[in-house]
Amino acid sequence: MLNLVALILLFPLIGTVINGLAGKRLRKETVGYLACGAIGLSFLVSFMVFIGLLQLPPDERLFEKHLFRWIESGSFISAAALQVDPLSVVMILVITGVGFLIHLYSIGYMHHDKGYHRYFCYLNLFVFSMLLLVLSNNFLLMFIGWEAVGLCSYLLIGFWFEKKSASDAAKKAFVVNRVGDFGFALGIMLIFLTFHSIDFTEVFSAVSHGNFEKGSFTVTMITLLLFIGATGKSAQIPLYTWLPDAMEGPTPVSALIHAATMVTAGVYMIARCNALYLLSPFTMTVVASIGVITALFAASVGLVQNDIKRVLAYSTISQLGYMFLACGVGAFTAGVFHLMTHAFFKALLFLASGSVIHALSGEQDIRKMGGLKPHIPVTYKTFLIGTVAIAGIPPFAGFFSKDEILLEALVRGNFIYWSLGAFAALLTAFYMFRLLFMTFHGECRVDHHAMEHLHESPKNMTLPLVALAGLSFVGGFFGIPGANALEHFLAPVLGGHGHTEVRGAVSAGHHGAWLPYLMMVISTAIALVGIFLAYQMYIKKPGLSKKLAERFRLIHKLLLNKYYVDEIYDAIFINPTKKISTQVLWKVIDVRMIDGSVNGIAWLVGRIGSVLRHLQTGYIRNYAFYIVVGCILIIVLAVFGR
Amino acid sequence: MITITHYLVLSAILFTVGVIGVLIRRNAIIIFMCIELMLNAVNLSFVACAHYLNSMQGQLFVFFTMTVAAAEAAVGLAIIVAVFRNKETINIDDINIMKW
Amino acid sequence: MPMLSLVTFFPVIGVFFILFMDSRRKELVRVTTLLVSIVVFVLSLPLYFNFNAHAYEMQFVEKLPWIPSFGINYHVGVDGISLFLILLTTFLMPISILASWHITKHVKEYMIAMLVLETGMVGVFISLDLFLFYVFWELMLIPMYLLIGIWGGPRRIYAAIKFFLYTMTGSVFMLLAIIALYFLNYRATGNYTFNLLEFYRLELSFAVQFWLFIAFALAFAIKVPMFPFHTWLPDAHVEAPTAGSVILAGVLLKMGTYGFVRFCLPLFPEASHAFIPVISWMAIVGIIYGALVSMVQDDLKKLVAYSSVSHLGFIMLGIFAFNIQGIEGGITQMINHGLSTGALFLVVGMLYERRHTRMIADFGGLTRQMPVFATFFMIVTLSSIGLPGLNGFVGEFLILVGTFKSRILYASIATSGIILAAVYMLWMFQRVMFHEITHEENKKLTDVSKREFAILLPLIIVIFWIGIYPSSFLRKMDASVNHLLRQTGEGVNSVSRLQKQNKQTMPQIDIVSETKTEWE
Repeated sequence: MLNLVALILLFPLIGTVINGLAGKRLRKETVGYLACGAIGLSFLVSFMVFIGLLQLPPDERLFEKHLFRWIESGSFISAAALQVDPLSVVMILVITGVGFLIHLYSIGYMHHDKGYHRYFCYLNLFVFSMLLLVLSNNFLLMFIGWEAVGLCSYLLIGFWFEKKSASDAAKKAFVVNRVGDFGFALGIMLIFLTFHSIDFTEVFSAVSHGNFEKGSFTVTMITLLLFIGATGKSAQIPLYTWLPDAMEGPTPVSALIHAATMVTAGVYMIARCNALYLLSPFTMTVVASIGVITALFAASVGLVQNDIKRVLAYSTISQLGYMFLACGVGAFTAGVFHLMTHAFFKALLFLASGSVIHALSGEQDIRKMGGLKPHIPVTYKTFLIGTVAIAGIPPFAGFFSKDEILLEALVRGNFIYWSLGAFAALLTAFYMFRLLFMTFHGECRVDHHAMEHLHESPKNMTLPLVALAGLSFVGGFFGIPGANALEHFLAPVLGGHGHTEVRGAVSAGHHGAWLPYLMMVISTAIALVGIFLAYQMYIKKPGLSKKLAERFRLIHKLLLNKYYVDEIYDAIFINPTKKISTQVLWKVIDVRMIDGSVNGIAWLVGRIGSVLRHLQTGYIRNYAFYIVVGCILIIVLAVFGR
Repeated sequence: MITITHYLVLSAILFTVGVIGVLIRRNAIIIFMCIELMLNAVNLSFVACAHYLNSMQGQLFVFFTMTVAAAEAAVGLAIIVAVFRNKETINIDDINIMKW
Repeated sequence: MPMLSLVTFFPVIGVFFILFMDSRRKELVRVTTLLVSIVVFVLSLPLYFNFNAHAYEMQFVEKLPWIPSFGINYHVGVDGISLFLILLTTFLMPISILASWHITKHVKEYMIAMLVLETGMVGVFISLDLFLFYVFWELMLIPMYLLIGIWGGPRRIYAAIKFFLYTMTGSVFMLLAIIALYFLNYRATGNYTFNLLEFYRLELSFAVQFWLFIAFALAFAIKVPMFPFHTWLPDAHVEAPTAGSVILAGVLLKMGTYGFVRFCLPLFPEASHAFIPVISWMAIVGIIYGALVSMVQDDLKKLVAYSSVSHLGFIMLGIFAFNIQGIEGGITQMINHGLSTGALFLVVGMLYERRHTRMIADFGGLTRQMPVFATFFMIVTLSSIGLPGLNGFVGEFLILVGTFKSRILYASIATSGIILAAVYMLWMFQRVMFHEITHEENKKLTDVSKREFAILLPLIIVIFWIGIYPSSFLRKMDASVNHLLRQTGEGVNSVSRLQKQNKQTMPQIDIVSETKTEWE
């Protein structure tokens, strides 16, 4: 069954090609169901591969399928080959599963759009690229997927290309990701130089054979460079700025690409390279610090945003920060676990917000919503489940994964990580419930025009919502403490350094066996405090938030403007580059200096010529005179010269 | 005694007169005659050397030169006449364009 | 069957037919030229299929005495380095001719110039005799000069003369160096010959190599063009007709890089090694500088022209990495650049035909009017950016890997060029194709015609082919590139060995040291 792995890639590719070439001539239904069917089939095959993998003994759960040799030059070999192991299987199940639901949802959501077939072509291409990313067996092939998902993200963010903001956001996303890819590409080269191979198996086996000591400079460099790539793709500080802007794309795209799958590629990559990362304590510290700072930073910005999708975008950045925190402290399983649950509940939240936007004919500002609960009940209920899940209330999915990350951060990391993470959790609960209350509760602030068209979304949109709500509810049980199925499954790839070590530490009496349970209580309490605050401010005393904003005007302004990071980047990087390129490089160096000197030489030759041309009178007599003078000179030289 | 030197000096003087004539005169016919003068100066030195060296080659060359000079005179004078008919001048400073 | 001569001179045969045609029957002239160029392409295909990938020696060799008294031969051949450049030339030619359908002024002369140009270009790539090489090198200059000067834009005369003089300046020094090699070879072996393969065996002292390298490198660096010899390029590209730009970017620029690989490296290995820092820094400056200047251009053709400076910088960097990845990447990138930039010029030309402007500000929102065109344009843009899965990536990445292996610093700086590439290309694309349509004229634009479709489709296919299965190209290069590396590697060893042993045993030593004093 494992041999079928290539089919997982093939179906979305076929969908892309057919919709891309002939989509215009096909009927809308055909386009939509073709795209959906492709991903559905892909999901089925993924499931079969998963079953196939389960039948193998845990230590032999690695299957490689060689397709063809891609780039080969001297000792540099990159094959187009796929690799199936527990980690990639978890990823493909999430991608095709969530991807399928989002495709289904898109059929309804995009129904009235002119670029229907284009949309599904890109979306299928995205799934293909993402699957390639997680199924590749070497760094370079992964890099293809890595860049290709970036391309799809570019195409889909700029899907409504007639809006300037959309195409700007698309370009920004691509360029910022390129900055990350710069690091990733250099990392791959350094890996090749160090290990003489870029195959995962060879590189990691070289590492595990202990050829490198802990903290070696080369490995630190490699991991740092790869991490630069991860910060770009997974929107971490300092390269996160593209993700909030990316909300210009259609909402299902935000759900699939900018919440559930693509942005988690960085986490996947670090988890994949865990052997390398474990060798470099310095990088691990960097990863954990960036992660926790991003979590807090993005959560703080999320507190005051008024665009429903932007709040979710900052929340995504924040949640990704948690995943990096987990990876940074060595709890890769926890990171992947959160990746999975986050995919469920964040996709749900985005789709539900899409349903809200759909119902309100395109309105995204939460100040113009409110009181929608009775009008769109299914959306409300599913949104509520998603919000509760992300806030971390047991037994929803987010609780288990976030709790585990915080626990690991405390046990393996230090108190600072934990306290910052916990504070971010508080903020998360607050802004998510703020979003919920402002959208669905309170008085209705919707304008009349939108009110007339207010309606619950069609079945093919609500169905995925319900399905994802179900997953958000049960998703946490895969990794429930005690019988941690996910951890056991992933252990061959991510090593035994999941819970077991912590359990060891715990049982050794370092912290005491009560610690995990205490942590659960504390997390829940934190979440409840956040919810309570939001309730107080937005339901009980609706004027309170305004008063607070006025009281702390500076901070509010700072947060509202996202710490002015975009403006700072503009001022430091973008504007000077443009200015120098135009004013100095082009206008001065190119035109004045280089071309000036070239034209100057031509001018000089011209001047000399115009002086010398006076010798050419056109009178034969003058020429004859020169001849005679020449003859005399020769004679003189011949006679007296010696 | 008249030696070869005398002949050669005379030849040189005649040649120089010819050269200067070509360079400073404007009249095409005079220039033409000066060219003939130069040719004859050379002829003179040819004949002198031939006699001095007891070789016939010099004499032979003189015949060639005279033949060429005769042909040249015919063609050259014809051109000058043609130019005069067109331009009504034989001042070479006025004949400074190739085509008119 | 003299395959190479057939490919080279078939266009000239075509010229003879066209000469006898009535110049008023434009369609006939166009179709005939197109057919000729297609036949040439078909004729060149066996070169690929019959090419023995395991042999590094020259293949399809033809050698006939031409001017025996000076040791000049008609000596041509192909190896894995020149093979793809020939194919690129013959491939781009029908496309360029098809893209010249809108030319109405002196059609007959135009088509003759194109065909002569083809002969010249193929000739440059196959010559194994330096005299012959020089003849072809100068031959292709003339039709290109005419193409720019007669069928170009408003400032065509300035651009044409600038192009001609720039190139000539370099060529003169190269000619001197060729003659010097001729005499050096005579002193060493007693034979008068211009045979390149014989010259490869010369063991020149470092000082000689140094000066000859500079002379050759100058000619090639201008042609490439490397920073700071690039300023003829934007002018020539802006003024040239579309097909001229395509050929200029696609093939002519490659002659510079090809020259480095074919002549500079194997003839002067030690000097080449000594010049690594100089050339590499020039290349790196070119990459960054070209990208930055390209970013702020408001003329589409100028933008693409400056992007060429950046791309060619990558190729030079790869070649001077002196390892298999670098050089194979460089050769691949030569083909890629020919395809992607050629396609970009075609695309710009199509816009120009419709709107008679190349200013970015005059466009905007074209996707809505021209969806198929937009797709093509997007693919070409992405290929130029070096997106994995398309051709540009394979070359660029191999170059960077090769450079990284030899000098980490160079590669690290050069890699930042891939960020800038995304910036200038995507910004351009956005301003041309996205947003609302702001100019009324743009609302009437029509999508690609069948002819334009036929122009772009083959390019797109090859762009994907190289990106997805580059092995069909890379494998044919291996033997030749490995041989080249042996040549340069051994060259260095033998010369340094020679210098160590000094003037003791070997007879050639005297010649070398003699010439050395002469050159110093």
